[in-house]
Amino acid sequence: MTMRDLRSRRGRRDVLLHAMLIVAAISTLGPFVWIALAAFKTQIDLMMGRVLFVPTLMNFEELLFEATSTYAVNFRNSLFVASTSTLIVMVIAFLAGYSLFRMNWPRWVVNVFLAWALVFNLIPPITLASAWYELFRTVQLENAFVAIVLSHTTLHLPMALFLLSSFLRAVPREIEDAAYVDGAPIIVMLRRIVLPLVLPGVISTAILVFIFSWNEFPVALALTSNLTATVPVSISKLSQFNEIKYTQMAAASILSAIPALLALLFGQRYIVRGLTAGAVK
Amino acid sequence: MAIQQYNKKIKYVILAPAVLFLVALTLLPLLNLVLVSFNQVSWSSGRSTWRFVGFANYLKMGADSLLGAGVRNTAVLVVVATSVQVALGLGLALMCSALGRRSRLYRALFLLPILVPGIIIGAIWKLMYSPQFGVINQIIGLLGFDPVEWLGSPATALGAVIVVDIWHWTPFTFLLLLAAVESLPVDVAEAAKIDGASTWQEFRHVTLPMLMPAIAATAAFRAITASKVFDEIFLLTAGGPGTSTEVISYTIYQRMFVQDNAGYGAAISVALIFAVALIIVVMLTRRTREAA
Repeated sequence: MTMRDLRSRRGRRDVLLHAMLIVAAISTLGPFVWIALAAFKTQIDLMMGRVLFVPTLMNFEELLFEATSTYAVNFRNSLFVASTSTLIVMVIAFLAGYSLFRMNWPRWVVNVFLAWALVFNLIPPITLASAWYELFRTVQLENAFVAIVLSHTTLHLPMALFLLSSFLRAVPREIEDAAYVDGAPIIVMLRRIVLPLVLPGVISTAILVFIFSWNEFPVALALTSNLTATVPVSISKLSQFNEIKYTQMAAASILSAIPALLALLFGQRYIVRGLTAGAVK
Repeated sequence: MAIQQYNKKIKYVILAPAVLFLVALTLLPLLNLVLVSFNQVSWSSGRSTWRFVGFANYLKMGADSLLGAGVRNTAVLVVVATSVQVALGLGLALMCSALGRRSRLYRALFLLPILVPGIIIGAIWKLMYSPQFGVINQIIGLLGFDPVEWLGSPATALGAVIVVDIWHWTPFTFLLLLAAVESLPVDVAEAAKIDGASTWQEFRHVTLPMLMPAIAATAAFRAITASKVFDEIFLLTAGGPGTSTEVISYTIYQRMFVQDNAGYGAAISVALIFAVALIIVVMLTRRTREAA
């Protein structure tokens, strides 16, 4: 076989691979494109299945500015719940992770925390939702922000600890030792030396925790009222009205995917690292 | 040494917040859930009345046809969805890996469904399956078929839900298997090629056996998450029509939150956690025995 034959065989193989992958890409993107188009259609255009239509912003306007729509509030709630719980998770997990993985704990203590992550991975969130619901109901906080923020923090803390563990374990001893010898207080040492070293791990964990909290449904469903409902809860309510406003639901869906799109555009590398680390190890 | 003195106090202090969350918001609520499961709990104006009923809530589970349907459907969904996802994910991973850096755009696109809220996935497909204006019926209409009530008829509902799950999570198995494919040693495959193995032979006898541990891990991981399916069911079918798409998580939700039967809902939850714990213990002891 000459070089030329080999190259043309390669070329044909690549064309075939691209063709199959394009089919897969279209099947992945198709539903998103369709829902995005639906968000800019009138109800009639959608019902008629029109491919050509005059795009309208009406659905977004109604969703965000109409007095009967709570979506703007839900969006704010989601931002608030996801960012506060992510912040708390990251601070607690970073400190605890440093203690657990760098400060000579007996093996079983470390294992307790890793088992916590494993168990949370295995049991359905609805069982945890029922546990938290019963707990917060007894102190009459089942619909307060504190309940959903603390629950989301608890839900993602074990995962964050687990994801941070490999990064923290990789910090070279000598660097910390030098800081210790210099007599720097531990907080200063953690902030100035350890944090910059594990920053990629912290970023990828934070992105995932934020997205998971933003997307989380069963716990939010159990622990929020109309005033504190997050975006997924509000969209689930949209679908339960007698007369479903499908185009509005499409618009709501598109807006709720913004964090995912941003993460994909700016943090893809981090996401891949976090998702694969979380599952394979 | 100075370092050791340093460690002694501070390591407790910085671990304390995590311990607090572990105890106050994990162990305590779970313990409370166990207590609830042995009681008949009724609520009025923010106060609860507990009546101890022993194992009654647990004994009810055997006769609960909703739960039975939930367990059956969950099993079907887990087995079918996981196998299809692993097969498709492996195929896509091998194709992307063969193209190397030229597959970057595909890799990015395939991530999207994993990152979008499950509820949105449900909403998208609910619209697409709609008998009146859904794009799926429009397409099969062009091909000359009658519209189908995909989510509304017992014959197709579970299959329709499984299709959504496959669409939603194949990217995830792809991601995990791609990482495994790319970490395979190149020289073995090269050696096979030099020995004159065809592409299929190389895949069947070299690549596939080396990927087996990763495939098993991916399948296990996916089976676990598939068994927890809730968001899409909530939006697409609410378990219906009848009980044809009822799943375990949804049964718990209905018993606990819709019917407000805290004791019985807690009992199912506790039984489920117990079953999961049992699986872990069996798996761990098997693994340590294999390692020994």
